[in-house]
Amino acid sequence: MAERFLQGVGVSPGVVVGPVAVMAGEVPEPSPGPPAAGAGAAEAEAEAEARAAAAALEAVASDLEAAGLAVGGEVREVLEAQAMMARDPGLAGSVERLVGQGRSAARAVWEAFGTYREALAGAGEYMAARVADLDDLRDRAVARLSGLPAPGVPDPGHPFVLAAEDLAPADTAALDRRKVLAFVTEQGGPTSHTAILARALGVPAVVGCGGAAGLADGVTVIVDGTSGVVRVAPAAAEVAEAERRAGARRAARSAPSGPGATADGHRIDLLANVGGPRDVPAALAAGAEGVGLFRTEFLFLDRADPPAPDEQQSAYAEVFEAFPGGKVVVRTLDAGADKPLAFLNLRDEPNPALGQRGLRALRRAPEVLAAQLEAVGRAAAASRASVWVMAPMVASAAEAAWFREQARRQPVDRVGVMIEIPAAALSAGAVLAEADFASIGTNDLAQYTFAADREVSALAPFQDPWQPVLLELVARVGEAGRAAGKPVGVCGEAAGDPLLALVLVGLGVTSLSMGPAALADVRLLLARHTLAECRTLAERVLAAPDPETARTSVRSLANGLDDLGL
Amino acid sequence: MAERRAVVGSKVGLHARPAALFVRTVAKLPVKVTVAKDGKDPVDAASILAVLALDVRGGEEIVLAADGDGAEQALDELVALVETDHDVPASG
Repeated sequence: MAERFLQGVGVSPGVVVGPVAVMAGEVPEPSPGPPAAGAGAAEAEAEAEARAAAAALEAVASDLEAAGLAVGGEVREVLEAQAMMARDPGLAGSVERLVGQGRSAARAVWEAFGTYREALAGAGEYMAARVADLDDLRDRAVARLSGLPAPGVPDPGHPFVLAAEDLAPADTAALDRRKVLAFVTEQGGPTSHTAILARALGVPAVVGCGGAAGLADGVTVIVDGTSGVVRVAPAAAEVAEAERRAGARRAARSAPSGPGATADGHRIDLLANVGGPRDVPAALAAGAEGVGLFRTEFLFLDRADPPAPDEQQSAYAEVFEAFPGGKVVVRTLDAGADKPLAFLNLRDEPNPALGQRGLRALRRAPEVLAAQLEAVGRAAAASRASVWVMAPMVASAAEAAWFREQARRQPVDRVGVMIEIPAAALSAGAVLAEADFASIGTNDLAQYTFAADREVSALAPFQDPWQPVLLELVARVGEAGRAAGKPVGVCGEAAGDPLLALVLVGLGVTSLSMGPAALADVRLLLARHTLAECRTLAERVLAAPDPETARTSVRSLANGLDDLGL
Repeated sequence: MAERRAVVGSKVGLHARPAALFVRTVAKLPVKVTVAKDGKDPVDAASILAVLALDVRGGEEIVLAADGDGAEQALDELVALVETDHDVPASG
C-alpha cells in the first residue's frame, strides 16, 4: 500500500495519534440572483424565504447563548451581546424587506448585515471589533441557509487533531482547548499564532504543511510536532510505534525533577510568564520556580482611568503569594499607540512600535508609574516572594537610571530593565551599571534588530529566534551580566524552545522565563547538558550563517533528545 | 410625544456593556422608544445595531422619545439608566 504523509514544519514537540477535524473555510457570498424558482406563487416563496432567514438568525442567536452559558463569565456577556445583534429588530426588518424584493434568504441576510456593517465601520476604529462580530454572525447565518458547515472551529464532541488553512486568534478563541490533540495548518511558521498557542497548550503542531486543509474529516493521523511529519491513515504498526514514543515522552516528563540546573549543577532559574493571577495555577502546576515576566497590562486595558491603588495591590499580591521564597519579576505597564490607554494621552502615531511606548509612555505619565510602583511595593512588603521590577523598552543607560530613581524608594529586591532595543543590548555594560538585572525580550529585540514588524506575517522569518545575529546581541548582554555579576534573563518565545534554551544558557543567560507548558522539556534537557556543553552549542550557533544551520547543528550535538520526543 | 434629554454617564458611551443594558431595558418597556444624537434622524432604541451605529460617546447628549401610555415613566427610567456610569461592574 502506498504510504501517505504530509511534510510540514514541526513547531511544538510531541507525538500524537487522533482523528482529524477540519476547520471550514470562508463562507462564500450568496449570489444576488432570485431564489430557485418553486412551484408556488412569488409571494408564498418570499414568505418561505423570510421564515427560513428568521429561523437561521434565531438559531445563530440561541447557539451563541448556549455557548455563553457553557463558558460563563465575561465570555458569556460577549456572546450574549452577539446574540442580541442576531435578534436585532432592525436587522430582521431589513431582511424581510429584501426578501420581499425577491432576494433569497441567504442573499437577504448577507445584504442586511452589509448595511449595518457600513454604518458601524463608518463609526470609526473603535467599532472594528463590532464589524468583525457582525461578519461572523452573517457567516454563521448564511452557512446555515446555504447548507454549509458552520465557520469557525469544529466541535466533533471528542478529542481531535485540528486541521486548517491557517489559524488567527479570533478562530481559536472559541476552541475547546481540552479537546485539541494537535494542530496541523497549511500556512504559518514557527512564530505564527498556531505555533504559539500549541506551545502554550503543550500539544504538538505542524505548520506550513501542504495538504493540511484538504485532509478528510475523521481520518486518523499521526502528528509528529518535532519532525513535522503527518502520517495519514497509518498502519497499525505505525500507530503502535507512535504511541510508544508518546508514552516515553510522558514518562520522561513526569519523572521527578529538582530546580533548574545544568548537568554539572549550575543553577538556572526556570520561571513562568504570566499575564495576571489567572495564569498562576498553570505556572504552579508546571513547577515554575517563580515568575520571570509578570505582565501588568491586564489591569489597565479597556479602562478610562488607571486602576485604583488597592485594586492593583491586591492583584499583585495574589501572584506574589503563589511563590513564597521564589522570585516574581513585575514589568511595569507596557502601553503604546497600538494599545492606547485614555489616561496616557498618546496620540496616533504612524509607527506605534517605534513610538512612545513602554518606558517612553510612562515618562510622559510619571504619576501612573509612581502609583503602580507604590502598589507593587506595598504588595511586596506584605509578601514572602522576592519581588523585582523592570521597565519595558529601555534604550539607554540614562533611561535605566531614571527608572531606578523612580523605583528606589519601594521595598523591592531588584530594579532592572527589559532589553528589547538593539541600542540597549549594544550598550549592555553601561545599562547594567544603572540596573540590578536585565531581561531580554527576544520577540521585540528581533523586531527592532531586523526592522521587521512582528505583526506582519510576511516578515515572520525575521522573528525566528535562532537568527545568529539576534543571538549575538544576547551574547553581548550575557557577557555584560557576567562581567558585572548581575543576572540576565530571557523572557521571550526563545526561552521556551528547549534546544535554544541550551544555547541561551551557553551565552550567559542565568534565568529563562516561558509559557508554563514548555518548562518540563527545558528543565529535562538542561539537566542533560553541562555548562561547558551549552557554551559549545552557543559557539556553533554564533558561527552559523543562518538560523536553519544553527538549529541543525545544535540538534545534531545535543544529548538525549529521543525519549523526550524533541 | 414625550421627549427627554440625557447625558451619557458611562465613559465608554453607548457601547459595549452600557449599550447592551440600554437596549435590553428598552425591549422590556411597554412603549416604542427612539433615540437620536446631534439632531440627526432618530433610530429604534430597541435595535442594538442602530444604537451602536449612532456612536454615542461618554458625556454626549442624546434625545429619547416615546409615545403612548407609560411613555413618561418609561423615559424617566431610561434617563436614569443612561446617566449612570456603567463602566465598572457592580462587583468591582
